[in-house]
Amino acid sequence: MSKQEWPLYEVFIRSHSGLSHRHAGSVHAADDEMALSNARDTYTRRSEGVSIWVVRSDQIIASDPAETAAFFEPAEDKIYRHPTFYEIPDEVENL
Amino acid sequence: MSNRAIPATYATRLGDNALVLGQRMIELVAASPELEEELANANFSLDYIGQARMFYTYAGECEGGGRSEDDFAFLRPEHEYRNLLLVEQPNGHFGDSTVRALLFESWYVLLLEALTQCADEGIAAIAARAIKEVRYHLRHSSQWLVRLGDGTEESHARVQASLDKLWRFTGEMFVADELDDAMLNEFNGPDLAAIELQWQKNVAAFVAEAKLEQPGDQWMASGGKQGKHTEHFGFLLAEMQHLQRVYPGAEW
Repeated sequence: MSKQEWPLYEVFIRSHSGLSHRHAGSVHAADDEMALSNARDTYTRRSEGVSIWVVRSDQIIASDPAETAAFFEPAEDKIYRHPTFYEIPDEVENL
Repeated sequence: MSNRAIPATYATRLGDNALVLGQRMIELVAASPELEEELANANFSLDYIGQARMFYTYAGECEGGGRSEDDFAFLRPEHEYRNLLLVEQPNGHFGDSTVRALLFESWYVLLLEALTQCADEGIAAIAARAIKEVRYHLRHSSQWLVRLGDGTEESHARVQASLDKLWRFTGEMFVADELDDAMLNEFNGPDLAAIELQWQKNVAAFVAEAKLEQPGDQWMASGGKQGKHTEHFGFLLAEMQHLQRVYPGAEW
């Protein structure tokens, strides 16, 4: 009998104090329900979370590492997009 | 029986079910078909062993004789164990363990639910904690029953055989003995007849969803509650108790 690998799922956990789900890791599972169970059993054993999202890894659209330069480098020299670029006049209060 | 003797004996019996099933599942550690299933199984078996510890510790307190949880687990002979025959059955293949878990947990959640309302505060408190764990275990085992039953031709045939094989150990869960009656009448404990009706309904639904055939009425094995066990049980105890028997009081 050949061994078929179960599909991979990415796991996102929202912690007790967290506002948004964060990527925790991945699990193998035969179906969506099992993915949720496996994520619970693998990643929340030490009460790490209050909510779990799972999504099939092949359903995630990811940026291409080969395109990193085109995707991200143009932002690197636009320092004026950061608030720290601007000097705050002394007259401005409560900022 | 004195007033405290009833909860003590009853808590011991609850502890026995939890410990023996937990030990059976521990035997599967490092043998699961998938890594994720491995973690789930180990988590669940530790849940059961944790429950056993609470029940035994409480039983020791009720007795007032200084028996510790370890005394209950490691120093009692086979006939003093009062667990159901179902939980001591060997692991078999994955379908066997799944069906064993499903049949037991379908009953155990109903029992714990009733026990959260019982008049003995110690048992009610442990039941309230345990039921959260067992509800999740049942979710897991019932999903697997459906996956296997409604899976491939082979998985269907094998899990049907597991169900047919283990069904005869379910009758014992609903036969009330003196202790069950005492719990019911004096401590507002579980009514096993009512639990049986609900269990039949719930299990029939799982079995139908899994596209399996429910076994018909048949001869039912019993004896666990009286300390008369199946031939597998001695081996389980021998392995579990070996260290404490050979090196009494050993710690690590």
